[in-house]
Amino acid sequence: MAACTPRTHEPLFRDTLREGGINQYFFDMANIREHCSWVHSKQAEEATQKAKDIVRMSVARTVGLEPLQEFDLPMTKVALVVGGGLAGMTCALSIANQGFEVHLLERDKELGGMARRLRTTLDGLDVQGFLRDLVRQVYRHPAVHVAHGATITDVSGYVGSFATTVRYEAGLKVIEHGVTVLATGADEHRPTEHLYGEHDRVMTQLELEARLADGDDGVAASSSLVMIQCVGCRTQERTYCARVCCSQAVKNALTLKQRSPDMNVYVLFRDMRTYGYREDAYRKAADRGVVFVRFEQGGEPQVEPQAGGDGLSVSVMDPILGARLLLEADHVVLSAAVVPSAGSQELARLFKVSSNPDGFFQEAHVKLRPVDFAADGVFLCGINHYPKHIPEALSQAHGAAGRAVSLLAQDTVTASGSVCEGREQACVSCGACITACAYGAISFHDTPVGKKAVVNPVLCKGDGLCCAKCPTDAIRLKHFTNEEVLDQIDAALAGP
Amino acid sequence: MCTGRVDLSFIFHAFRKGADGVIIGGCWPGECHYVTEGNYDALGNLHLARKLLGLVGVDPERIRLEWIAASEGSRFAEVMSDFVSTVDGLGPLGLPGAEDLDRRLEAAERVIPFLKLVEREKLRVPERSEAAYNELFASEEVDRLFRDLVAEKLLTSQILALLRLGPRAAGEIAESLGLSPAEVSAGLGASSRQGLVTYDVERSCYALA
Ligand SMILES: Cc1cc2nc3c(=O)[nH]c(=O)nc-3n(C[C@H](O)[C@H](O)[C@H](O)COP(=O)(O)OP(=O)(O)OC[C@H]3O[C@@H](n4cnc5c(N)ncnc54)[C@H](O)[C@@H]3O)c2cc1C
Repeated sequence: MAACTPRTHEPLFRDTLREGGINQYFFDMANIREHCSWVHSKQAEEATQKAKDIVRMSVARTVGLEPLQEFDLPMTKVALVVGGGLAGMTCALSIANQGFEVHLLERDKELGGMARRLRTTLDGLDVQGFLRDLVRQVYRHPAVHVAHGATITDVSGYVGSFATTVRYEAGLKVIEHGVTVLATGADEHRPTEHLYGEHDRVMTQLELEARLADGDDGVAASSSLVMIQCVGCRTQERTYCARVCCSQAVKNALTLKQRSPDMNVYVLFRDMRTYGYREDAYRKAADRGVVFVRFEQGGEPQVEPQAGGDGLSVSVMDPILGARLLLEADHVVLSAAVVPSAGSQELARLFKVSSNPDGFFQEAHVKLRPVDFAADGVFLCGINHYPKHIPEALSQAHGAAGRAVSLLAQDTVTASGSVCEGREQACVSCGACITACAYGAISFHDTPVGKKAVVNPVLCKGDGLCCAKCPTDAIRLKHFTNEEVLDQIDAALAGP
Repeated sequence: MCTGRVDLSFIFHAFRKGADGVIIGGCWPGECHYVTEGNYDALGNLHLARKLLGLVGVDPERIRLEWIAASEGSRFAEVMSDFVSTVDGLGPLGLPGAEDLDRRLEAAERVIPFLKLVEREKLRVPERSEAAYNELFASEEVDRLFRDLVAEKLLTSQILALLRLGPRAAGEIAESLGLSPAEVSAGLGASSRQGLVTYDVERSCYALA
């Protein structure tokens, strides 16, 4: 089949074959889309030649294809959710409510994560009330087992039967589970610019939010307050947009204006991204007199201590006026970037999941598998993926729970038929394959003609490292045999 | 299937079938989606392939291993263009004057099983890191292994490949293989002792046993 993407269509055609009573491993797909037409859209003639090469290679491989048998692996009907923020708790509750045991691991002493520091949202959510209610539900649910102060030290196994070692204050424990959800959240970047940490009137949005909620009169009594957006993000070092800070700034600006309508509130921004209906809040803030001043990269605001005062002087180049503005501020508030939480790389390594270059977790496919990792049976939700607002994090948590439950609801998971197979007659008992296999899938068995390597197909993941080590071709990877690959090479080099 | 699945024989097969260069693309070290980290095995195979190519007189630059993540489309394009220009610079592999190239490559291909055994028995990389692999394969120890074990096997293999075309006198063999008479006589001695080659007294030439 040479057509649309194998990503979506290969499973479809394989299913069709199965339904028609033909072994699905007789199928091969020539990827003339991602591997050809999409990347050579401006070289029609050469791309057509290349497409022909790809098709010829695929045909050559098909000649050697054989019918293969798949395996059923048992499913441990227990989920592990790592991270007890809003996303992790919501996901754990959803899985538990659908009838499965859940272990919820939180490395802090308390549940809640970032939500503990947020008071309101632009949609008017009482975050603390919501959080309290959620925490109560989690503790009360008989199927949710919460562990605090928990650190994962080791992970083994695979979809259906993971074994995760956790260190608690009380000691080590091994949790056996069939699926995993990572909901480990993110942190607020600690700014190094704009006198943060040096001047006591410079703070982050989260700090402002806490002060306002705790009734700090000092901030509310300011006559002038300047917010600076994109601090520590959309830079060379961190190219991404932290997404939540524009709305958070508008939210806090509205609160300030409500408390002290006469306060001068300035928001210095590069692009306002109050996406979705949050745009209304932006307009409302402008209507209430919040002054939005745009700046460009390279023309970042300069913050200095006020000459002869306790406040600060902020200067910024306004590209519309073409002039430098000088603002006197009693307080400066920084919208700091959202950064991956500490330790997420270690976790990624343990669970064999991938991260993007910014260090956020990466889903298997943005559209087709948005809450799955490439590793089977591991899912993600919340702001460890990218910065997102509470409602988005919650929806994603339900999505991840749904994906997890779709596995937990089955008694078995099907493992691929493309696994290795030993050939006794050719084996010289050198043991190279046994050393090469990271899954311990190969072992020696005694036969009348000596020790021979035998593959346990359930443990084999089909990476084929053993084949490349075997001096006598005594081990073959089904569906990617030497003959199939060599035939493809021949076809590639044979020319039209 | 992982990069580490790329068998040495795939590489030599491709050269024999007319490829002027072979490039292997793997996941970045440390970014394996699984537990296997077979990209390090690919790195080991790259070094073995380069050494073996060198022994049969093919520029080792004709094979390359590059780390390219699935998301690095533009890096993939850059790497491929760069490799193509390297191979262009080296020119086609089967230039006139290199008629015996296929025989040399065939000889190399036949040494692969032995090379895998040598790797199994003699080569131990202390840890899974690029530095460790690169250091081991640049070491005197590995050079010596290739000189002492692999080169001799390769010579035998080359002689056998030549004799498969018909009996040859020692001088002809030396000329065809571009070797000194001493080297050839050592190789012939070893092959005769192993019973692979016989000497035809009447025609004073060597033939396959
Ligand atoms: C600076 C900032 C401002 C924000 N402002 C707003 C806003 O105004 N409005 C809005 O709607 N949303 C806002 N958000 C987003 C909001 O906080 C999240 O969408 C929501 O709280 C869901 O977070 P979460 O559960 O994914 O992660 P978190 O709340 O970060 O929770 C993750 C939890 O996992 C735990 N954890 C991490 N690693 C491990 C580990 N290895 N083992 C065990 N536990 C671990 C952490 O301790 C933490 O408790 C903001 C986020 C940030 C960072």
